[in-house]
Amino acid sequence: MRFMLLFSRQGKLRLQKWYTATAERDKKKMVRELMQVVLARKPKMSSFLEWRDLKIVYKRYASLYFCCAVEEQDNELITLEVIHRFVELLDKYFGSVCELDIIFNFEKAYFILDEFLIGGEIQDTSKKSVLKAIEQADLLSPYHTC
Amino acid sequence: MPAVSKGDGMRGLAVFISDIRNCKSKEAEIKRINKELANIRSKFKGDKALDGYSKKKYVCKLLFIFLLGHDIDFGHMEAVNLLSSNKYTEKQIGYLFISVLVNSNSELIRLINNAIKNDLSSRNPTFMCLALHCIANVGSREMAEAFAGEIPRILVAGDTMDSVKQSAALCLLRLYKASPDLVLMGEWTSRVVHLLNDQHMGVVTAAISLITCLSSKNPDEFKTCVSLAVSRLSRIVSSASTDLQDYTYYFVPAPWLSCKLLRLLQCYPPPEDGAVKGRLVECLETILNKAQEPPKSKKVQHSNAKNAILFEAISLIIHYDSEPNLLVRACNQLGQFLQHRETNLRYLALESMCTLASSEFSHEAVKTHIETVINALKTERDVSVRQRAADLLYAMCDRSNAKQIVAEMLSYLETADYSIREEMVLKVAILAEKYAVDYSWYVDTILNLIRIAGDYVSEEVWYRVIQIVINRDDVQGYAAKTVFEALQAPACHENMVKVGGYILGEFGNLIAGDPRSSPLVQFNLLHSKFHLCSVPTRALLLSAYIKFINLFPETKATIQEVLRSDSQIRNSDVELQQRAVEYLKLSSIASTDVLATVLEEMPPFPERESSILAKLKKKKGPGAVSVELEDGKERGELNGGGDRGGDAAIAASNASTPSPSADLLGLRSTAPVSGTTPSAGSLLVDVFSEAGPSATSAGVNDDGFLSSAPPTVASEDPAPPLPESDELLNKFVCKNNGVLFENQLLQIGIKSEYRQNLGRMYLFYGNKTSVQFVSFNTTVSCPGELQSQLNVQTKTVEPLVEGGAQVQQVINIECLTDFIDAPLLNIKFRYGGALQNISLKLPVTINKFFQPTEMAAADFFQRWKQLSQPQQEAQKIFKASHGMDTEVLKAKLLGLGTALLENVDPNPENYVCAGVIQTKAQQVGCLLRLEPNAQAQMYRLTLRSSKDTVSQRVCDLLAEQF
Repeated sequence: MRFMLLFSRQGKLRLQKWYTATAERDKKKMVRELMQVVLARKPKMSSFLEWRDLKIVYKRYASLYFCCAVEEQDNELITLEVIHRFVELLDKYFGSVCELDIIFNFEKAYFILDEFLIGGEIQDTSKKSVLKAIEQADLLSPYHTC
Repeated sequence: MPAVSKGDGMRGLAVFISDIRNCKSKEAEIKRINKELANIRSKFKGDKALDGYSKKKYVCKLLFIFLLGHDIDFGHMEAVNLLSSNKYTEKQIGYLFISVLVNSNSELIRLINNAIKNDLSSRNPTFMCLALHCIANVGSREMAEAFAGEIPRILVAGDTMDSVKQSAALCLLRLYKASPDLVLMGEWTSRVVHLLNDQHMGVVTAAISLITCLSSKNPDEFKTCVSLAVSRLSRIVSSASTDLQDYTYYFVPAPWLSCKLLRLLQCYPPPEDGAVKGRLVECLETILNKAQEPPKSKKVQHSNAKNAILFEAISLIIHYDSEPNLLVRACNQLGQFLQHRETNLRYLALESMCTLASSEFSHEAVKTHIETVINALKTERDVSVRQRAADLLYAMCDRSNAKQIVAEMLSYLETADYSIREEMVLKVAILAEKYAVDYSWYVDTILNLIRIAGDYVSEEVWYRVIQIVINRDDVQGYAAKTVFEALQAPACHENMVKVGGYILGEFGNLIAGDPRSSPLVQFNLLHSKFHLCSVPTRALLLSAYIKFINLFPETKATIQEVLRSDSQIRNSDVELQQRAVEYLKLSSIASTDVLATVLEEMPPFPERESSILAKLKKKKGPGAVSVELEDGKERGELNGGGDRGGDAAIAASNASTPSPSADLLGLRSTAPVSGTTPSAGSLLVDVFSEAGPSATSAGVNDDGFLSSAPPTVASEDPAPPLPESDELLNKFVCKNNGVLFENQLLQIGIKSEYRQNLGRMYLFYGNKTSVQFVSFNTTVSCPGELQSQLNVQTKTVEPLVEGGAQVQQVINIECLTDFIDAPLLNIKFRYGGALQNISLKLPVTINKFFQPTEMAAADFFQRWKQLSQPQQEAQKIFKASHGMDTEVLKAKLLGLGTALLENVDPNPENYVCAGVIQTKAQQVGCLLRLEPNAQAQMYRLTLRSSKDTVSQRVCDLLAEQF
């Protein structure tokens, strides 16, 4: 996987994860371009499209689009389920996850993603294993309110 | 503000995020951010040491600001400090900041690497994982240098925790992808392969990504993974849906791992070990069978996971391309998906079938779905699915269905989405050419293409149709007629005007007999479009007009009138003005003979791969979008400056480059057109008037002449033969006279005659400049073996060649025995002080010593049978590079020097010839048979002679001629 983006229907980027070195300028350009392409698509359309030399796999969950760019030889359907499993992980962690959870706890979303994917490849597909790692970390930290 | 804040909520961060969300405008947001930045900066600079929590909070705020799209130029040091915190969450934020915002600040990298090193050796698995994630996220060369040695050790160490192994495997993969040279193979590699057997499914899942990447780069070192992968796959495929517990996903056992195993196997050919192969085929069959079983769940996740494995299995079947049974089953399965209600499955089925179409085992099976695919092209609501359908139609196209597919694509083009039009146009153009049985269909198709989608017809496409029309005389009349009709349309695309101008300029005479398309009607039609066209098209039309003057003298007055008008002769565009002036002058002062020579019909183009294909490849290739944009810009500028690429073919017919197609299809590389000034050139024209269009050097476009530097080679040694010297040699196999070579300075003409084993050659060296050549010296040498095979004597030439003058040299040749190579001719002289050094091959070939032998059919076949030993025969099967016109073929065979025997071959389409090669040592009898296949545009050429080297050489020489 080359990168993963989460953005809202209004075109606000909520999470971006790049798995190959990319210049900030190019990132911004690609995000803008891709959001435009994906947001213009209608509900019954396929979840896959060719974009530049990449395959884009995306799925909408409520107000959020999850969008992965994978390479020529990658499997589209399994990527779609990578997205779904990530959503399940977020859901399990936050308890019925919504866009606001990801906005206010963006760092957690990144941590969960890091436990699930490294360098764009799946580290573990078991929900239990991934969440164990995150929850262990939460236990390690005291609660602050100031 | 939501109360949700899990774990260690940072209230200050939540407040800040909330503030930002409440900003009504971009300005307000920037103001709020600047305020926060100032606050954080003062906290970081303040005297009071910050506690870990505050540091974490501020670093996290900075990260948030950065992710909003603002620049962050401080806080890196504080983030690095967090790395060495003992608190997990502080460390975590530090690592996250570094992962997102790292730059190649060397000082910082050293500190970061230090912290990572500490965590890696901490033996605390959660810290180790954080460090590994960071290395993988950054993936820079510096990190690879520091850790590429350490990570493999962690990966294969016996006491490493499973979760750390998983992170280490993928971290190593990232480093290997970024800097493969820094990840050294070693003792660990064999142990990595055995991770495929690991008990922990998560470890296998992570490790297999690494193994797949390493295997694709070093297949031999990792080939033991094949049998391991097959047995792992077999265990998963045969397990019940609940066996794998947490690794079962919506009733599908380990879908990710299954896909990865199937992907890994695609790095290798089918297993050689029969047992392994049997087991694998069983797995693939099981997967195909499962696709027919009723679903275990209605959820889309279930079917996606199941079908992901199915598609990956089909990819493997296609990769092996050796199991017809599985290929056909795969095709049938995809055929079912073509009509599935899930858009995703239709999309993937179309995509996957594209590759199946190229397998000989399944091509026919794919073709049975043509109606469904055409229907998809027409009715799919999603452009990306329609695109796949178009791709598949392209892939399944062959001679049997080309007309149907091209027609469907053309009709789809009328309403096609703008985003895919250009690609569709290229595909139609390629298919029309590839499967053209009759070329009138091809011409119709391309003209339709221009009519329907003119804006998307790139230069490659219209260059190509012209090239094909020029090369095939059977279609020229039809092309002229069709294009004439197309131009009648009140609004026709500029590309149509270009093609029309070019074709009528060349072949308008073929339809001029009909009063409805008389010369003047043709001219008026073309000229009615003139004022609506861009400069390059107008330039092309002007060239068409001058060609009209030659073709139809009766139009001369009208056209001269047009050229003379102020809007032409005083046109503000320098290219148009120059053409108008020069064409007008040319038409008024040149004699009809000269005019006819200068404006002779274009010679056929040498056959070459269609540049449209290259264009399509490029378009599909990486970064196609940005490349296209740049090209467009570049082309735009060229056009603005009087582009000669577009109509280089016409310029080339006026100039004297031996290969006029160099410009036409080389596209933007407008090679300097080597024209000459009329005064110097006209001296030479008459001498070589029989040499055809390549000798017509009364240049009209001479602007390339002064600007382009003549080729200079500083050495006094004879230069190596020019790269094109073989091509030049080939031009003379079937003819004895003509222009051997020409550049901006020099033209070399040849006349030669042969009798028995003797030959005499006259070389004419013409100085095309107005400056004298000094130290003019030519030598002929016979390299290597040739010395004992040919006896060549030359007379020296005068060392001074005046500007515009011509000197002659006589060469006597005696053939001692048969030979292969050609003598080398080296020419050296000084022009304006610079040494010119040119080497060419002298066109002396073995066939020059042929004596024709007439014989009856019976004699021919008797001798043919006598020469039946394998080494006596040489045979070549090759594609026609020129038109297959009977008269041209006959002329070439006669030019070869043999006798053309009529009524010998039972098939009147074939040609047979006989001759004896005369050398001093011996005589070599030679029989020849040429079998053209007009439909396939192929020839088979067979040579038999009493000497194997002769058969081979004559065969090689002659094969280049058709």
